[in-house]
Amino acid sequence: MGSINFNNALGVHPDAMLLRGKRAEILANNLANSDTPGFKARDMNFQAQLAKETQAGMEMTSTNSAHMSGGANQSNGLLFRNPSQPSIDGNTVDTQLEQTIFSRNAMDYNSSFEFLSGKFKGLKSAIRGE
Amino acid sequence: MSLGNIFDIAGSGMNAQSIRLNTTASNIANAESVSSSMDETYRARKPFFAVMHNEFLNVNKENEFHAKGENIGAGVEVKGIVESDAPLQPRFQPDHPLANEDGYVYYPNVNVVEEMTDMMSSSRSYQMNVEVLKTAKQMLQRTLMLGE
Repeated sequence: MGSINFNNALGVHPDAMLLRGKRAEILANNLANSDTPGFKARDMNFQAQLAKETQAGMEMTSTNSAHMSGGANQSNGLLFRNPSQPSIDGNTVDTQLEQTIFSRNAMDYNSSFEFLSGKFKGLKSAIRGE
Repeated sequence: MSLGNIFDIAGSGMNAQSIRLNTTASNIANAESVSSSMDETYRARKPFFAVMHNEFLNVNKENEFHAKGENIGAGVEVKGIVESDAPLQPRFQPDHPLANEDGYVYYPNVNVVEEMTDMMSSSRSYQMNVEVLKTAKQMLQRTLMLGE
């Protein structure tokens, strides 16, 4: 008890940052394909995905080598955006919407970063004991 | 590293939009390039875009997010450039040095108004990709400052 363990000390923030980075990639791809005919905009459910990342051990236990692996980690969590007004060429990227979500995601990334940075600072001062 | 992939994605978007801008420039420059036969006349050129896929690149464990099932794509690529099928404009100009025996010259099927709007659209899309790149760069730069 009480020992400094990185997983306990840093909490959800490393996972959140990683996931924010992945989400930024998805949104950047949406924006790059804003003029591609037939392209369907993608996104992820951040909360559900984060819950999945942080809950290790959701996989089913296999007691026999013939058991199939199953569990919560099957889908990649990618969803299609519900278009408010799809264009006639089948593209569902709403540039303004994607741009706002992208910058929101970047802000959230930065706040996760601040939290994580603060945790490290706290650990550092604990180690120094000043 | 998914933030690093954004550089490739935004770069591919910028590349595609600059090719589109290039065709627009070529179309506008040749809007009045006449010729005496239908076959030789310049036709408006349009690039067509498609999603670029990276399923063979990211199969390592680290990137299982992409390897599993469908992937999100890795940007945009220009599949090719096609010439417009819109009808050419024959004009009766018997004094023109390129007029054929009936006195007609053929003008390209370039719609200058359409090209101008296309130019604005591709310029905006280019700028948007630059913004994405800038944001990704800031995110990555901040990450390097972790714990300072």
